[in-house]
Amino acid sequence: MLVSVYRYNPEIDDAPYMQDIHIDIPGGKDIMVLDLLQLLKDKDPTLGYRRSCREGVCGSDGMNMNGLNGLACITPLSDVVENDKLVLRPLPGLPVIRDLVVDMTQFYTQYEKIKPFLLNDTPPPAIERLQSPEERAEIDGLYECILCACCSTACPSFWWNPDKFIGPSGLLQAYRFLADSRDTATEQRLAELDDPFSVFRCHSIMNCVAVCPKGLNPTKAIGKIRNMLLAQAT
Amino acid sequence: MVTSITSFGRSGLYDWMIQRVTAVVLLAFTVFMMGYMLFNPNLDYQQWSELFECTSMRIFTLLALLSMASHAWIGMWSISTDYIKPTGIRFLFQAFCGLLTFIYVVWGIQILWGV
Repeated sequence: MLVSVYRYNPEIDDAPYMQDIHIDIPGGKDIMVLDLLQLLKDKDPTLGYRRSCREGVCGSDGMNMNGLNGLACITPLSDVVENDKLVLRPLPGLPVIRDLVVDMTQFYTQYEKIKPFLLNDTPPPAIERLQSPEERAEIDGLYECILCACCSTACPSFWWNPDKFIGPSGLLQAYRFLADSRDTATEQRLAELDDPFSVFRCHSIMNCVAVCPKGLNPTKAIGKIRNMLLAQAT
Repeated sequence: MVTSITSFGRSGLYDWMIQRVTAVVLLAFTVFMMGYMLFNPNLDYQQWSELFECTSMRIFTLLALLSMASHAWIGMWSISTDYIKPTGIRFLFQAFCGLLTFIYVVWGIQILWGV
């Protein structure tokens, strides 16, 4: 099969380019894209990409495969390869450090803005803050986010305003803490979000939902933040 | 919290709300006008001016006109902040949109009350 990989090494290359590599998959098996990358790296050790757990938990190997963002380690070739060709690019919109490795600073800055930790001004109980099973269920579909950035980098609103729009991933996390019964900073959190950019740049095109490798729904969470903002307004 | 001084209101929620409410008004106006033209296929000037001489129609049309102005401003403002990064050019574009909207409103009122 033919693999076209985005290559850029700022120390050597003046500009990024696409490198076409023909490769035979051993045994013709349906391997994961990450395994394919390892085969490519065996051929050319200068190829750079991030990886760690190789089972869709760490969120390191988010990349753009034939136009769709996803995690290379849990994406079988049969899901993405078309006409025996695969185009591998770094996550769109973020500055490229080298080859498939992007600089995630803007993404983490937005994540930091939503204060991704429990805020509670009541005295801590002797053991721990308890939740009923119903209260705990409220954060299902939210806490599973692994911050791989596949969603935010698939979002045009994040491409145009990565410094102002929180992005689907950050907003999913924002709602995770708004929905948490143990968090008491709801008002403060909502006040931080009520400007024309942070939440309202979302136009619900749902690219985030389409690409999330964990099957989460940031658009729904953003809708819930919007409803909370509406409910507390007069 | 992102500070914004050129948006319609200061709050994102306010802009969002105005955008939705004005959209409903514009939809109602469009449906009414299309229905009116559909049920009056041989519309003449006399009938057309009688329609707009009616105070309720003037209120409805002015409402639609103002809705269009604010709806367009919020939309064009969003587009300009997405795609035009240099502040000077963006400001000029927004000023142009604002001026054009103002002209349309004044012109629209003139037409509406000139019938």
